[in-house]
Amino acid sequence: MNALQTRRNVVRGLAAAAALTLASPSFAQSAARVVVIGGGFGGASCARALRRIDPALQVTLIEPNRVFTACPFSNEVIAGLRELKSQQFTYDRIIAEGVTVIAQAATRIDPSTRTVGLADGTTLGYDRLVLAPGIDLRFDALPGYDEAASTKMPHAWKAGEQTALLRRQLEAMEDGGTVVLAVPASPSRCPPAPYERASLIAHYLKANKPRSKVLILDAKDAFPQQRLFENAWKELYPGMIERIALSQGGRVVSVDPATNTIVTDFGNYPAKVANVIPPQKAGRIAEIAGAADHTGWCPIDPVTFASKLVPDVHVIGDACIAGGIPKSASAANAEAKACATAIISLMAGKSPETPRLNGACYNTVAPGYAFSLSGLYQPKDGQFVEVEANVTSPVDAPREVRQREADTAQAWFKTITVDAFG
Amino acid sequence: MASALINVPAKAKRGEIIEIKTLMSHIMETGYRRTATGELIPRNIITSFSCRYNGAEIFRADLFPAIAANPFITFFTVATESGKFDFDWIGDNGFAESASALITVE
Repeated sequence: MNALQTRRNVVRGLAAAAALTLASPSFAQSAARVVVIGGGFGGASCARALRRIDPALQVTLIEPNRVFTACPFSNEVIAGLRELKSQQFTYDRIIAEGVTVIAQAATRIDPSTRTVGLADGTTLGYDRLVLAPGIDLRFDALPGYDEAASTKMPHAWKAGEQTALLRRQLEAMEDGGTVVLAVPASPSRCPPAPYERASLIAHYLKANKPRSKVLILDAKDAFPQQRLFENAWKELYPGMIERIALSQGGRVVSVDPATNTIVTDFGNYPAKVANVIPPQKAGRIAEIAGAADHTGWCPIDPVTFASKLVPDVHVIGDACIAGGIPKSASAANAEAKACATAIISLMAGKSPETPRLNGACYNTVAPGYAFSLSGLYQPKDGQFVEVEANVTSPVDAPREVRQREADTAQAWFKTITVDAFG
Repeated sequence: MASALINVPAKAKRGEIIEIKTLMSHIMETGYRRTATGELIPRNIITSFSCRYNGAEIFRADLFPAIAANPFITFFTVATESGKFDFDWIGDNGFAESASALITVE
């Protein structure tokens, strides 16, 4: 049965590959084909970098959404400080640079024939495949929290309609309500983001609904830039933000959408607004490709981002296991460029250089008040590690320093979005 | 600073299997780590945990250095009668903490 099915797939893949070749006679036989799946910071940056390094390369970007909505700065949208449309980017410039963008979802991957199947039934061949699918929310991990529940208890962990929904719920909430944030254990997308979100929600509440509170139920004990956050909370939002850490029983074990209640091992917390950030895994297509392991994430060779499980497949961004590098837009962008360089080297038969990656992370706790964390990472013993200690903003600093970092954060967003989307 | 969290259902039916959850804040220092200057950090762990149901011991555990900080211990028992659960944690350096919870069995 298995053998039959495999053979059938091979035949179908070969037929499709042949059809594609016939349909595209304008491409020289030698033009290598790289297909990138996922048009976020990782995928878009990688597609552009591939074309930039080798203009002869045939690069295809597969992304079902015609408009990308960025997560960095989306906490400001939730707090009413920013419009959702300033988070949105199209692929027009990437197309103008010669990347073929297909607005379809990839639904099948056959590594043996090196083909990708799309939702409309067409098939695409590749020499190298880059997976940049980001995260999927694990709707099976938290009892009570499924896709339907997320329309009542938004995660807002993928920017877009969920971001707008959480914003609307905050606007509709009466003064005196409690906003509860459920924070998952590591690894997850953008580790400091839940605390930035709590800060900015408190900023909105302080100005508009000052008797309200923010409660963080946390499956972690420690989090990045903790002292900076906690000092800022004391200074800006005294008594408004409470956090129950893992060792205080803060781990969320289930939710009840009917009563908007979040349940931990030791208590029930009814919420006026419930922001449930569930555990996560690599985007579904990584699993379909066979590139995700039992953790739900994708093991890679840190020099080339080549999957350790599937040949000719590379995985970048949130979906890959990148050791010490936190999952972030900044990391995805850096990984994308390193991966593009490595792919070009590998296809030319050269050995790829060992990358050094920069990661930066800005946390805004109020307008004009931000701090940051930046790191330099390099492969060591098959995994990315920090080569130099992280540079973090000083714990004690005058407000001018925080203001400057807030300005730098804005500039960073502009730079990275131009780098990824043109 | 030690603090106990316990979760015992307030009510249960006679004969029902109930889950009991406990969490004790504790550093659980293994005794194998050294400071930056090379001195051994002395062991400081919880060594034993027990639970009594109306005075009779129903659960006991010995704890060792390999157990992580803030031990979270959860177990099941059968609700037989209304009364009290007593929990005791004992450890190095005279560590002794206790907590209790009431249950009504119908």
